[in-house]
Amino acid sequence: MAPVPPADPAPRPATPPSPPWWRDRRIVPWVVQAVVGLLVLLLIAFLLGNLIRNLTAAGLLLSWRWLQQPAGFDISESVIPFNAQLPYWRALAAGLVNTIRAVLVGLVGATLLGTLVGMASFSHNGLLRRLARVYVEVVRNIPLLLQLVFWYFVVFLTLPNGLAAIQLPGVVLAKSGLYIAGFGEGLRWMGPSLVNEVWQAPLRLSVEFGALLTGLIVYSGAFIAEVVRGGIAAVPKGQWEAASSLGLSWFATLRRIVLPQSLRVIVPGLNTQYISLAKNSSLAVAVGYTDLYSVAETTLNQTGRAVEVILVLLAAYLTLDLLISALMNGLNHLVQIRER
Amino acid sequence: MTKGGLLALAVVGALMGCAAGNDAPGSPTMAKIRERGRLVCAVDGAVPGFSTVGPGGAFVGIDADFCRAVAAAVLGDPSKVEFRPVTAGERFVALGSGEVDLLSISSTHTLSRDAPGGNALSFGPVFFYDGQGVMVPAASGVRSLQELAGKPICVESGTNTELNLADRMRELGVAYQPLRFQSGEQAYPAYEQGRCAAITSDSSLLAAKRSGFKQPAAHVLLPELLSKEPSAKVTIQADPAWADAVRWVTHTLVQAEESGLTKANVEARLAAARRDPSQAEARRFLGVEGDFGRQLGLPADFTVRVVKAVGNYGELFERHLGSATPLGLERGLNRLWNDGGLHIAPPFR
Repeated sequence: MAPVPPADPAPRPATPPSPPWWRDRRIVPWVVQAVVGLLVLLLIAFLLGNLIRNLTAAGLLLSWRWLQQPAGFDISESVIPFNAQLPYWRALAAGLVNTIRAVLVGLVGATLLGTLVGMASFSHNGLLRRLARVYVEVVRNIPLLLQLVFWYFVVFLTLPNGLAAIQLPGVVLAKSGLYIAGFGEGLRWMGPSLVNEVWQAPLRLSVEFGALLTGLIVYSGAFIAEVVRGGIAAVPKGQWEAASSLGLSWFATLRRIVLPQSLRVIVPGLNTQYISLAKNSSLAVAVGYTDLYSVAETTLNQTGRAVEVILVLLAAYLTLDLLISALMNGLNHLVQIRER
Repeated sequence: MTKGGLLALAVVGALMGCAAGNDAPGSPTMAKIRERGRLVCAVDGAVPGFSTVGPGGAFVGIDADFCRAVAAAVLGDPSKVEFRPVTAGERFVALGSGEVDLLSISSTHTLSRDAPGGNALSFGPVFFYDGQGVMVPAASGVRSLQELAGKPICVESGTNTELNLADRMRELGVAYQPLRFQSGEQAYPAYEQGRCAAITSDSSLLAAKRSGFKQPAAHVLLPELLSKEPSAKVTIQADPAWADAVRWVTHTLVQAEESGLTKANVEARLAAARRDPSQAEARRFLGVEGDFGRQLGLPADFTVRVVKAVGNYGELFERHLGSATPLGLERGLNRLWNDGGLHIAPPFR
C-alpha cells in the first residue's frame, strides 16, 4: 500500500480561486473595448459603403478635377489676387484667407473686450460693474445670427452714403465701408476721396466685414468676459488683501498680482471660446461677407460636387480649429505654475 | 422600388379608382409620393408672383400652382402638397438627397446642371422664358452697365446670374464689386437700403421683388439683358419616369391653352368629347381615348385634373404675373408658338 501523503496541516493562505473569464478584470476590459471598437468600425464601414453605393448609383464618384476648372464668379473683397478666370481652388483659397482674416482680428478684438469687461465686473464702481453684467447677460442670450443681422441691417446699412458719410481727418465711415488714409500708389500719402460717387482709399474695410467682425467680437467677448471673471474669482481673496496692505492700487493689484495668477484658469476656457469664434465665422454668409463657406456654397452649386466640397470645408475648419487649439495648449503650458 | 412600394401604389391606385395598373412604369419617386400621400415640392417662397406665402397662410404664385398641378396629376388632389422653401444655394442638394421630389423654382436649364457628369439633374420643358436684368434706383441716373464701373452690385451667390454678371463685366472690361448674398432675403433688403448701386437677377424676379418694395416706382430695370434664362422644373436624373410625368404636366398646361381649355370650361368640354366620337384630338388629350396617362404612370384623366386644379398656362400667367397683377409682366416670349411666343407642346398621341 502506498503511503498516504500527509495531509497539509494548515491550508496555505490560498490565492483566491481565479474567477471565470467573463468576470476576470484583466480580460473583460479588453473584450468590451474590442466589441465597441468593432461596432464603431462597422458603423463607419456601413456609412462609407452607403455613401459609395449611393454616389455610384447617382454616377457621382469622388473626383477632384473640378478644382482646376475656372471658377467663373468674382470675389470683391479678396486679400490674395483673384478673378473669375482662376480655378476653383484659388477661389476656395481666397475664401479661406478671408475667413482667417476675420477670425484673427476677431480673436484679438474679443480677447481685449472680454478681458476689459471681465475686469470691470470686479470694479469698485457699481455702475461699471452692473453695465458689465447687463452686457454679458443680454449678448450671450441672443443667437449670434440675429445679432449679425442686427449689426448689418440695422446699424451698418443705416449709415449715410456718398457726401453725407461721416468724415473725420483721414477716416471716412460710409454705408459701403470704412475708408482709412494710407500710402497709396507710389508711396504717396492718400486720404479717402469720393470718385464717381464711390469712396476710395488705400485701406478699405467693407461694412460686411465690419458687421461680421462686430458681431463676432461682441458675442465672443461676452463669453470671454465670463471666463476672465471666473479666472479672477479663482484667485484667493487673501491676494487682494495682501496687495492692498502693500498700498497697491486696484488696477496695479489686478495687473501685477491677480491676472498673472488667474491666467492658468482662464487659458483653457479661452481655448473653447476661440474655437467657437472660428466656427461661428461661417455665419458670414448672413451678412454678405465672402468667406470660405460662402465660396464653397457657390462652388458646390456650380460643380454639383457636394461631397467633395463639404470634405474640403470640413478639413479646412478642422485644421483651423486644431491649429488654434495647439497654440492655446502651448500657451497653457507656459502659464502653468512651475514647481521650483 | 420595393414590393411594399408597389403594393402601396396598387392599393392607393385602387382606392382612388384610377388605373395604376401592373404595367405602370416603375418610378421610385412617384411610389414614394403615393405612399406618403403628398408631394414635397421645393419653392423659393419669397418671390411675389412665383411663390410667396399669401394672406391666408397658403403659398401663392405660378411656381406654387405648378406644384398643385403635379399633385393633382399624381394624387388627384391639388391640396396634397407640402411646400418646402429652399434657397438658391440649397435647391440642388435638397433635390439630390431626396429631401424634395421636385424643384418648382426659377432654375435656368444649363449644360452642367443637366449633364450626368455635372449636377446630373433632369430638366422639364422650359416653363418660363426669362433673361437676366439689372435693376437700379431711378434717381441714380445709371442707364447702362458701363456706368456701374467700380460700384457695388448685389447678387445672389450660387446662381447663374452671378456667373453671367462676371462674364459680361469681363467682356466689357468694367471693374465692379460683386456683393454676394446667400439668398434674396438678404440681397434685396441690402439693395433697398442702398448698399449696392444695382442688383441683378432674372428680370421677372427683379420685377417681382420690386413689387414688394416700399417705393416700387423708384427703381428701374436697365434696358439691356445680360443673358437668356430659360427656366424649367427640375427632378433627379436617376428617375426618368418621374421626370417624364412632370414634363407632361407642363405640356398639359400649354396644350390646354392652345386647345382653349380653361379651369371653367374643362368639365363641359370633357362631357362634349365623351358624347362626340369625332373630336379625336380632344378625346385623346382628355383621356377619353387611349391610355396615355397610364403610359406615364398617371391616371388616364390626369390632364383634366391638372386643368381643373390650376387652369391652363395662359390663365396661370395672367393670374400671377400678368398685367392685372402688381408685377405687370408682358407675356413676350412666353406666348404660345402660334401667337409669336416660344411655348409649344408636343402632340399628345
